[in-house]
Amino acid sequence: MSDRIPVSLTVDGETHTLEVAPARTLLDVLRLELRLTGVRRGCDQGSCGACMVLVDDRPMFSCLSLAVSMGGRAITTVESLTADGALHPVQEALVEQGAVQCGFCMSGIVIAAKALLDRNPHPTVNQVRRALGSNVCRCTGYVKVVKAIASVGQQSAQEPQQEPQSGEQS
Amino acid sequence: MRYEEPETVEEGVSLLGSSDNARCLAGGATLVALMNAERIRPELVVSLQRIPELVETSTSADDLWIGAMTRVRDLITDSRLVGARRVVRSAARRLAHPSIRNMATIGGSVGLANPETELPGALVAAAARVEIAGPSGRRVIPVEDVFVDRYQSSLAPDELITRIAIPAGVDGALGHHLRFSRVAGDYPTVSISLVLALDGDSCTYARVVVGSCAPVPLHVDAADQRLVGSDLDRADIIAAGAILANAASPLDDVRGSAAYRRTLIPRLLGRAVAQVRQVLSQAEDEGELDV
Repeated sequence: MSDRIPVSLTVDGETHTLEVAPARTLLDVLRLELRLTGVRRGCDQGSCGACMVLVDDRPMFSCLSLAVSMGGRAITTVESLTADGALHPVQEALVEQGAVQCGFCMSGIVIAAKALLDRNPHPTVNQVRRALGSNVCRCTGYVKVVKAIASVGQQSAQEPQQEPQSGEQS
Repeated sequence: MRYEEPETVEEGVSLLGSSDNARCLAGGATLVALMNAERIRPELVVSLQRIPELVETSTSADDLWIGAMTRVRDLITDSRLVGARRVVRSAARRLAHPSIRNMATIGGSVGLANPETELPGALVAAAARVEIAGPSGRRVIPVEDVFVDRYQSSLAPDELITRIAIPAGVDGALGHHLRFSRVAGDYPTVSISLVLALDGDSCTYARVVVGSCAPVPLHVDAADQRLVGSDLDRADIIAAGAILANAASPLDDVRGSAAYRRTLIPRLLGRAVAQVRQVLSQAEDEGELDV
C-alpha cells in the first residue's frame, strides 16, 4: 500500500482536505471518495471524454490527472451545473432536442459544451463540432447533440452569426 | 509509488537520480494512461508543475525559448510562432483534440518521442534545439538528436527537458503542418511538417519532415536539396516525395498499410507546398504576413 499524501481539492466550489494514494486519479477520487458519480469512467485512457471535468475552466480528463497534482486548481464537475433544480441551458437544449440516448457520454459532453459557451456564447456548428473533439458517443447521436448545443448560442444571439475566419488555417 | 513536486530543476534532477524507476509527470496525458493500463509502474513520479522556469518563455538572439511545461493549447495562441516558426503552431493546432491540447506539454511531447504525433516532426522542421538538465549541468542538442527510436529518447533517466529553442529561420520562410488522419483527432496516418522560402516561384529554402512513417521523424537532406532551386513543380514534388517514401519505414497498422503511407507521402507533400504558396501569395497581396 502506497503512503497517502495530503491534498486539498476544490471541487464545485467546495474545498475538501483529503489524503490520497499518489497513483489515484482525480476520477477515482471524485467518484469513489467524494461520490460525485455524475463524472463517468469510460476508458481510463483519455480516449472517450466521459470523465471530463473543467480544471481552471479548461476541459481536461479526470482519468489522466493524478489527484495529488490537483491541489489549488478549481475543478468543476457536471454535478454543479444544476442551480436550484434548474438544468443548465445546455442540458435543457439536449433534452429539448431529444439528443440523449443511453446518456453515458453526456456528463463529458455537457462539460465540453459549457466550456465552449462560456468562452464563445454564440458558436457556429463547426466550432461546436471542434469543441466536442474529445468526446465519444457510442450511440452515435452526434447530429442532435451538435444541433442542441448550437441552439443554445442561437437562442441568446443578439446579432447574426459570423462564421469563424478560416479556423483551421490562421 | 512516491510522488514529489520539486520547485527547481536541480531538485528535480536530484529526485530523478534517487530511484532507478522514476518518471517525470508533465501533462499526464500519456504517463497516467500508461499507469492506468498497468503498462508501467513507476516507483517515483516527479511532477514538474511547480517549477517556475519550465513555464517561462524568452527570446535571445535568433531564438524563441519555450519552457518545457508550456501546454499545446498555449502554443496555438502564441503570436511569436510566425514565419518559419509557424510550423510549430500549425502542428499544435492539429494535435489530437481539445482536452489533450489543454493537458499535453511541448516538453512532454519531445520526451515521449512518439513519431506518430505532431510536435516532434514540426520541431525538426523548425530546426529546434532542446535544453536538457542533468546531474552535471545543462546541455543543448538539436531536437532530432533526442529521438532515438519509437518512444525512446536519448535522455538519461536522471535528465529532464527544460526548454526548447525555436529559431526565427531564414527571412521570408513560412512553416506549415499538414496531416492526413481517418478522423480529426486521431493520430495521423501520415503528416508533413515543412518550412519553405520562395523567391518568386523558385524555392530558396526547404526543410521537410514526415511523421508516422519511421521510428523517428523522417528528415532526408537529399529531399530538401531536390526542392531547393526548383520551382516546386509537380515533377519536383514527385521526385522529392519519392526520396522520402524510399527512406520511410512505415508500419502496417489500423491507420493504413505501409504501401498506402508511402503513396500518401508525395501527395501530402504536394498539398502542403500548395497551401504554403497560397498563404505566401495572400500575404503578398495584403502586404504583410498575418499568420
